[in-house]
Amino acid sequence: MNENRDTQLSPRLLDIKKEIEGYARGFGLEFYETIFEVLGYDEINMVAAYGGFPNRYPHWRFGMEYEQLSKGYEYGLSKIYEMVINNNPSYAYLLESNMDVDQKLVMAHVFGHVDFFKNNFSFRHTNRKMMDEMANHATRVRRIIDKVGLEPVETFVDRSLSLENLIDQHSPHIKRRGEKNDDEDKPIEVRGFKADREYMQGFINPREFLDEQRKKLEEERAAKKKFPERPQRDVLLFILENAPLERWEGEILSLMREEAYYFAPQGQTKIMNEGWASFWHSKIMTEKALKDSEIIDYADHHSGTMGTRPGAINPYKLGIELWRHIEERWNKGRFGKEWDECDDLRARRAWDKKLGLGRQKIFEVRKHYNDITFIDEFLTAEFAVEQKLFVYGFNEKGNRWEILDREFQKVKRKLLQQLTNFGQPIIEVVDGNFENRGELLLAHRHDGVDLRIDYAKDTLVNLQAMWRRPVAIVTRVDGKGILMRFDGRDHADRKVDY
Amino acid sequence: MPLKIKQDHSRFREIIRGRIKSNLRKYIQKGEMIGKKGKDLITIPVPSIDIPHFRYGHKDQGGVGQGDGEPGTVLAPGAVEGDGHGKAGSGEGQHALEVDLSLDELAEILGEELALPRIQNKGKKNLVTPKVKYSGVHTTGPESLRHFKRTYKQALKRSIASGTYNPVVPIVVPTREDKRYRSWRVQEMPQSNAVVIYMMDVSGSMGDEQKEIVRIESFWIDTWLRANYKGLETRYIIHDAVAREVDRETFFHTRESGGTMISSAYKLCKEMMDSDYDTGSWNIYPFHFSDGDNWSADDTRTCVNLLKTEILTKVNQFAYGQVESPYGSGQFIKDLREAFDGVENVALSEISNKDAIYNSIKDFLGKGS
Repeated sequence: MNENRDTQLSPRLLDIKKEIEGYARGFGLEFYETIFEVLGYDEINMVAAYGGFPNRYPHWRFGMEYEQLSKGYEYGLSKIYEMVINNNPSYAYLLESNMDVDQKLVMAHVFGHVDFFKNNFSFRHTNRKMMDEMANHATRVRRIIDKVGLEPVETFVDRSLSLENLIDQHSPHIKRRGEKNDDEDKPIEVRGFKADREYMQGFINPREFLDEQRKKLEEERAAKKKFPERPQRDVLLFILENAPLERWEGEILSLMREEAYYFAPQGQTKIMNEGWASFWHSKIMTEKALKDSEIIDYADHHSGTMGTRPGAINPYKLGIELWRHIEERWNKGRFGKEWDECDDLRARRAWDKKLGLGRQKIFEVRKHYNDITFIDEFLTAEFAVEQKLFVYGFNEKGNRWEILDREFQKVKRKLLQQLTNFGQPIIEVVDGNFENRGELLLAHRHDGVDLRIDYAKDTLVNLQAMWRRPVAIVTRVDGKGILMRFDGRDHADRKVDY
Repeated sequence: MPLKIKQDHSRFREIIRGRIKSNLRKYIQKGEMIGKKGKDLITIPVPSIDIPHFRYGHKDQGGVGQGDGEPGTVLAPGAVEGDGHGKAGSGEGQHALEVDLSLDELAEILGEELALPRIQNKGKKNLVTPKVKYSGVHTTGPESLRHFKRTYKQALKRSIASGTYNPVVPIVVPTREDKRYRSWRVQEMPQSNAVVIYMMDVSGSMGDEQKEIVRIESFWIDTWLRANYKGLETRYIIHDAVAREVDRETFFHTRESGGTMISSAYKLCKEMMDSDYDTGSWNIYPFHFSDGDNWSADDTRTCVNLLKTEILTKVNQFAYGQVESPYGSGQFIKDLREAFDGVENVALSEISNKDAIYNSIKDFLGKGS
């Protein structure tokens, strides 16, 4: 480890870092080298607005984030405590004006995050040199701006942002497309079963059978001519490969897509990741690092982070409680067939096999799960009751939000639904040559909740500007199939079966 | 060294102000100007631009929450986030701008945001009354002003740090150094009185949405004037073809169906001023809201005359806000504009929807008279 790179830390903070890092390693956390930088509130707001990176391309939305953060700070409403980048080495930021106890807390928390970044499978395919990559992106965009001007670049970025969520969350882990094979021009050759003797041929492969086989092969080939072959979730990639973009437009779209994929796993593991970091800062602080005089301030700030509001899930709180719940269950042996089949409430409450497997289990879970599988597997009925979880919904009559239900199954289903695809609708490209006129057709996989129509129409406008030909999307509104189309000038809706 | 992001920031401000990129204007969200109800919880407007995505209509979506309450319990306004889409940033603090603010602080922020001038008082200009305001915490002071919570926290910290704290017998004895006292500052407040007379058209064409706009706007006007005047009085007049004085509750919830005679309200306003508010010592602010559909041109002439001869001479400022409605012709503001072009203490504003409230407040209060 290179000590010189910590120049920004004062000797005292450096001592604190060493101390906390020692505790973290002692507990078995395993992380990249982590570089802390001390920033003033203005700088930290800037870096936060840039999504944690010190250098991004020029765009007004970073200015918007910055305004929200700095106003929040100036009015005393919010303050950024920790920020850390998934990178090797990892970078994390400390707010200059924080008390020592806060800096300790932040460091402990950060080591938790970096351990998670390094070990959780979701991050396996992320670029660990993103710090450099982001700076490269910034330079490339600046160069393009010098060439074509700020206005067109900004407009194009606005449009791309409108489509930014149309990526395939799981594609880094799966190979969606096979290698291209070039046998398209060869005539179809039907091979029946192998017949050793010529005279058996008619019996083993009768004519009808061969015809059927031929038909199947022809269909397969026709499907291949479809474009795309099967529905494609990565709409951005489809546009990138098939839309008539200018060179610079393609360059910008592709780097924005790359950034979207970089950030995606953080969205997929928000609850686990924040929970994991909080679990460890709490453990490190209360068991090792806290001095007596710091307890009250620590408790104050810790509880501030864990606070809940009725209308939202606090990922820090839900996460830390679930991790603790898992650790306790595996420590006491509350799992497996015997436990599942036990209906005696009293026995369940007193259940303790003293297995002590908790620590081992949570390290295993932090490696192989993401938020969805984490909630699906470990959110139990007992936990939901203990944490007072509920489902809420909108009461049209009263024009207000209300608690609807506390039933475990419903809570869990809703929570999982919110997490699926980031709580965003699933949209795919189904036809890049719709009605044989080069139009683009998307489909919304309807799962019970309608799209927001005005936004969908405006998004179509942005999509059309890239595709140049008319674009359309099929979805369901109030239970009826509908196709919304924008041809560059007018919107048109028509009923379809969907 | 100026920060790199300042460029992005000023670009964003320009878009918000509508100077550039007008195609983004419709996505600007002002943030709810008033998330009030309950004690002093205020949502502060921070404008943001919401780029359109394919996403769920959030009203039928709902979600999962955490906390007490039986099914059917209503969640407080502002408790549910406006949209459900998670942010793909690295872990940073939340920035939902919601906080306990006193109305004074709110007015200050409002003044800063809108660059409102402080109001020039008239009336007893030289009379100044000292006002005591508790504004801080000191280590010394009289026992009667001891700040219990802060003292306790200090004592608890000390006893834990020094190891005398016993969780089983959690007795904490504050020493002299632990004690904290409220401290005050004397502020000189000009003694002056102000009255706001709200008038609203409640004829059939003013719908719920129009009234909501008036309600929000009047809340901000109240807040600002209250911060400038001690002892602000408010009076409410509603009118269709006839006018009457009502209480606040009725003011915002009455719906009539008659025609509209604006002069009736102005007459009542004048009588009210004559009988209750001596112009020498009162600052008077009449605000009138309507959808701009008056009964006849004759009546409009009567209104203009009333304003010219009776009302404008006595008030600090007369303000007229025209709320756009699908029914009204909106002629009235044009007539007023013609009649009072260049007159100092008349403020006219057209409010087309909730988002326009922000600018309208500036129209009304930006003059500082």
